[in-house]
Amino acid sequence: MNLLRVIFLRLATTFLTLFGVAVIVFFVIRVVPGNPIAMMLPPGATEADVARLQAQYGFDKSIPEQFFIWLGGVLQGDFGTSISTRQPVSELVLGRLPATLELSVVALLMACLIGGTLALTGTRMRGTRTEGAIDVSTGVALSVPDFLWGLVLILLFGVLWPVFHISGRISPSLDIDFTTNFYMFEALLRLRFDVLADLVGHMFMPALALAIPLAAIIGQLLKQSLKETMHLDYVALARTKGYSERHVITREALPNAILPTLTLVGVQFTFLIGGTVIIERLFSYEGLGNMAIDAVINRDLPLIQGIVLLFALLFTVVNLVVDMLYVVLNPRLRHA
Amino acid sequence: MRDARADIRRPLGARLWLSGGWLTLLVLGALLAPLLAPHDPLAQDLFAGRLPPFWQDGAQRGYPLGTDSLGRDVLSRMLYGARLALVVALVAGTLTCLIGATLGLIAGYYRGWADIIISRIVDIWMAFPPVLFAILLIAVLGTGLTSIIIAIVVIDWTRFARVVRAEAMTQSAMDYVASAQVSGRGHFSTMLTEILPNVLPTILALLTLEMGIAVIVEAILSFVNLSISTDSPTWGGMIAEGRTSVHQAWWVLVFPLIALFLTVLSFSQLGEGLKDRFDPVLR
Repeated sequence: MNLLRVIFLRLATTFLTLFGVAVIVFFVIRVVPGNPIAMMLPPGATEADVARLQAQYGFDKSIPEQFFIWLGGVLQGDFGTSISTRQPVSELVLGRLPATLELSVVALLMACLIGGTLALTGTRMRGTRTEGAIDVSTGVALSVPDFLWGLVLILLFGVLWPVFHISGRISPSLDIDFTTNFYMFEALLRLRFDVLADLVGHMFMPALALAIPLAAIIGQLLKQSLKETMHLDYVALARTKGYSERHVITREALPNAILPTLTLVGVQFTFLIGGTVIIERLFSYEGLGNMAIDAVINRDLPLIQGIVLLFALLFTVVNLVVDMLYVVLNPRLRHA
Repeated sequence: MRDARADIRRPLGARLWLSGGWLTLLVLGALLAPLLAPHDPLAQDLFAGRLPPFWQDGAQRGYPLGTDSLGRDVLSRMLYGARLALVVALVAGTLTCLIGATLGLIAGYYRGWADIIISRIVDIWMAFPPVLFAILLIAVLGTGLTSIIIAIVVIDWTRFARVVRAEAMTQSAMDYVASAQVSGRGHFSTMLTEILPNVLPTILALLTLEMGIAVIVEAILSFVNLSISTDSPTWGGMIAEGRTSVHQAWWVLVFPLIALFLTVLSFSQLGEGLKDRFDPVLR
C-alpha cells in the first residue's frame, strides 16, 4: 500500500513539474520581441493580412486564453502548427526525436564502456603509475564540458587526422529509403553495414564529446566503490579461495559496487540529453536540439513550446525509470 | 593515516598552483590588454587576412598568433576577450552563488513550505535543457553583457540551491545546532552563525566551479551568435568563426580554444582543491 502511495506521489509531482515547464515556456516566449507573423509574410503585406494570419494562429486572443487553448490541444496530442514551416509541430518534433535519442543512447553506451574500462583497469592496477594516469585524466575530462570536447575532437579527427565526418547525420549521397527515423537501428536490422558505417562515421565525434565527461564520472565513482568493496571480508575470502584477481574484481566486487554508479548514471543521463542541444549545433546533426535553436532564431513559438515540453518529458521519464530501477536493483528496498 | 593524508596533499598543491598560475596570468593579460595587445582587436586589415602564427611560413611580424579572415589580430582579440570572460565569470558567478545559496540555506534550514516551494521550482528548472533555456532567455532579453549575466543567474542558481539545501539539512540535524537553538538563539541568527560557516567551504568550491561554467555559457552563446555583439572580441565568437574556417586557418580556432580550455579547467581544479583544503574531515 505504501508503495502505491509513493508511486502516486511521484507521478503527481512529475505532472506538476511538466505543467510548470509548460507554463514557463509559454509565457516566457510570448515576451520575446519581434512579431513572428510579420516575419513570415512577404514584404508589402497589408495590416489585414497580418491580422488574418494572427487570428489563424490564435495570436489575437489574450495570453491566458491562448495558453488554455494550447494546453487543451496538447492533452489531445495536438501541439499546434509551426510558424516557419507550417507543418504540425508534433510531426516535426517526432521526426527529429529519433536522431537525438540515437545520439544520446550511443553516447551513454560509450560513456559506460569507457568509464567501466577505466574503473576496472584502475582497480586492477592499484598503486601503479597507470592508476595515477587514470585519476589525472578522469579529473581533467570531468572538468571540461562536452562543448569543448566537441571542438577538440573536431580538431583531432576532423582536421589533423580527418577520419570522421564533422557535420551532418548521414552522407546525402547514400541512397536509402528509411521507413523510420531511427536510421542506425534500421540499418542494423536491415544488415546494411555500409549505411551503418556511414552513420557511425557521422555520429562518432558528437557522441564521444557527450560521453567523455560522463565516462570520467563513471570511472571515478565506480573505481571508488570498487576500492571500498575490495576491502570487505568476502572479497578477501574469494581471494584465499584462489580466484584470479580478474575474477575477484569483476565477479565478486563489481556486482556490489555498481549500484551507486547506476543511480548516478541515471541522473547524469538527463544532463547528457540536455547537452545534445549544443553538440548537435556544433556538428550540424539534424536532431531536436539543432531544430530548437533554429526555432528560437525564427521566433517559431509553437515549435519552441513543443520541443521544450518534449525535452522536459524525456528528462522526467528518465528520472522515473531510474528511480524504479533503483528499487528493483537494491535488495534492501525490494524486500521492504 | 598520516601517509594517506600526505598522499592527498601532494597532487593537490600542484593543482592549486597550476590553476592559480593560469588564472593570475589571465587576469594580468585582461587588465593590461591595452598595453600588451599589438593591435586594436577590432581593426581589420584585409591585406593581412588569415596570416599564420609566427613559426609558420608566411607569418608577419606583429601578428604573433596570426589573423582571422578579416585580418584581425588573434592575440589582441584573445586578450580583450579575456576581459569579457572574466567579467562574466566574476559577476555572474557571484550573483548566482548569492541567490542560489541563500535560497538553498532557507529551504534546508527552515524546511516546511519554504522548502516545498523552492524544491518544486528546482525540479521544474531541472526539467529544462540548460542550453536551450539560455538561448530562449537571450531571445527574450536581447543580446548584451547584462542579458548574458542575467541568463546565467536565472539558469544556474539551482546548482547552488540543491547542494546547499542538502548540506544545510544535514547540518541542521546536528547537536550543535540544537544546542544553539536551546540556548535561545533565534532561527535567523542560528542559520547565519552556525550553519553558514559549516556550509561555506562547499559554497566556495561551487562558486569557482560556477565561474568556469559562466565562461563556457558565454562562449556557447557567442557560438550561436547570441552573445554580446558580433564584433566584440569574445572567445566564443572567435571559436565560432574558427569552426567555419577550420580547414583554412586552424589557429583562429585553436588559440581561443586553448585559452577557454585552460580557464575552465583551472576554475574547476581550484574549486576541487579548495574543497579538499577546507574539508574538515581531511584537515
